[in-house]
Amino acid sequence: MTLLELFSVPFMQRALIAAFLVGIAAPAVGTYIVQRRLALMGDGIGHVAVTGVAIGLWTQTSPTWTAVVVAVAGAVVIEVVRERGHAEGDVALAMLFYGGLAGGVFVTGLAGTGASRLQEFLFGSILTISVDDLLVTMALSVVLIVLCVGLSPQLFAVSQDPDYAKVAGLPVRFYSILVAVLAALSVVIAMRTVGLLLVSALMVVPVAIVQQLTRSFRMTLLGAMGAGLVASVGGLALAAALSRTGANVQPGPSIVLVALAGFFLVWPIGAWLRRRRALVTPFPETSPEEKPVDEAHPHLHGEKCGHVAVEHGDHVDYIHDGHRHAAHVGAEGEHYDEH
Amino acid sequence: MSKSGSTVPADVPVQLLHGDVALSGRPVLREVDLTVNRGEFVALMGANGSGKSTLVRTLVGLNPLSAGRLELFGRTLSGFHDWSRVGYVPQRSTATGGVPASVWEVVASGRLTHRKLLRPLRSADRAAIRAALEVVGMGAYAHRGVAQLSGGQHQRVLIARALAGRPELLLLDEPTAGVDLPNQQALARALGRLKEDGATIVLVAHELGPLAPLVDRAVVMRDGRKAYDGAPLADADVHAQGFDAGHVHCDTGLNSAGSTAAPNAAVPTPLKEL
Repeated sequence: MTLLELFSVPFMQRALIAAFLVGIAAPAVGTYIVQRRLALMGDGIGHVAVTGVAIGLWTQTSPTWTAVVVAVAGAVVIEVVRERGHAEGDVALAMLFYGGLAGGVFVTGLAGTGASRLQEFLFGSILTISVDDLLVTMALSVVLIVLCVGLSPQLFAVSQDPDYAKVAGLPVRFYSILVAVLAALSVVIAMRTVGLLLVSALMVVPVAIVQQLTRSFRMTLLGAMGAGLVASVGGLALAAALSRTGANVQPGPSIVLVALAGFFLVWPIGAWLRRRRALVTPFPETSPEEKPVDEAHPHLHGEKCGHVAVEHGDHVDYIHDGHRHAAHVGAEGEHYDEH
Repeated sequence: MSKSGSTVPADVPVQLLHGDVALSGRPVLREVDLTVNRGEFVALMGANGSGKSTLVRTLVGLNPLSAGRLELFGRTLSGFHDWSRVGYVPQRSTATGGVPASVWEVVASGRLTHRKLLRPLRSADRAAIRAALEVVGMGAYAHRGVAQLSGGQHQRVLIARALAGRPELLLLDEPTAGVDLPNQQALARALGRLKEDGATIVLVAHELGPLAPLVDRAVVMRDGRKAYDGAPLADADVHAQGFDAGHVHCDTGLNSAGSTAAPNAAVPTPLKEL
């Protein structure tokens, strides 16, 4: 069977349509996730969604819908814990992730369906996408893409500077939870193609590829959607091509490896651009008050050094060549800052 | 003497009465009264930890009041929704988002108070963004990435973002911190133009520098209380022991708003500008 013939098989066409839409939608959500510095959030939601899938298998209902419910609930919990900003927050999140994965495997065991059925969801499987699954994937993908592009001014502002967005009257909390819910939905639609354990890569790696080249958020968003599309369809084609040789390659790993290959291909260009930009970037400024004193300081200022002492809040400054020196005791001993 | 009904005319941009603020259970502001009248340029000054940044964040609703009453343009904070009249410039942080953003995009966020959902930028929005960039002298940098800017340039971009919304009341948190002198002068020119246009400006600063000639009134914070409210002070006066570590010299209260009350003669001036 040639590759072209393989793509004429119905299950392969369904897989292709799903990979096409998921490849666009997942990096669109991923751009906001990366902007909020939550690149690992997709992993967390993916782990939690395993329990959702297992509940679907156990109760003999659609794993897609049980995964939607559990993933959305998990994403909201993750966002609320993150927003509270407690020190124990990341431990709480870690426990949520472990619980999700362990619970999923445990419940699958209860259902007696065995690990192979679950593995379809963990690493993706092109063979198992039904027409119903495809319709759900198509509908959710379109919703995700429309919201990510249409609400980009609001979502950008909320992710870039939440304080400013709040003063601008935006419902910051609502938009933050919306981003978490969108991430949960993209995890679910991507689980048949990339799999729950690798879905986060399709959200993050395309963004990492294009942000080496871009200077604006809009170009990053659109570029990531393009890069995700190429990686997703390219990876699926690679897995399909290899399957002709008798290998049994899941689409998830090959999609992720194609995306990572893209990153390393673009890396030299990004490095060259960064060097060029570094030449036009001004040096960091320090205000006149904060300039460190470079000259060697032959004495410690004190009562008898001859420099005028000035009380300044909780410490004493010494006037030295027309500026103030304030003593600081640092790791390398006592030194003076200009002040 | 708490007031039940609003007696504030709708054109008083800020009125805070007996404001208490606690951050994670620790009282940070105590019994602060502050009225800012239309067209005034007020400098909030004081030592680090005196509560001046907390006060400005409280005025824009980022810190909840544990007691007292805050009105913006004659409406209590919970009933105030007209955020397009308010511009806020937060303290610049060195942290940027995980994804590149251009100067234009950051300033364009300033138009969100005027935009409807799912609509592209209108030509009026674009004109306001361009004008705001020109006011701060960053017109040539519109398509640069914000990560490539110096601290002073970044600060000017954040001010342009607030200006793009054409606010009547502008609150700035430490806009001169870590900014070199040429950028401070550019900032002073931009704020001077706004002041001429009748904007009300509240600015938190450790030292005023080139902004000093613009200031109509100084409010000095000390230990979470208002320690001075009156005519502008020289930087040296603010840093004099009286306000950094000593006792309260004067508390002229609300009635000094816009008055010409001279700084209390007891304020020592041991040092001129160094």
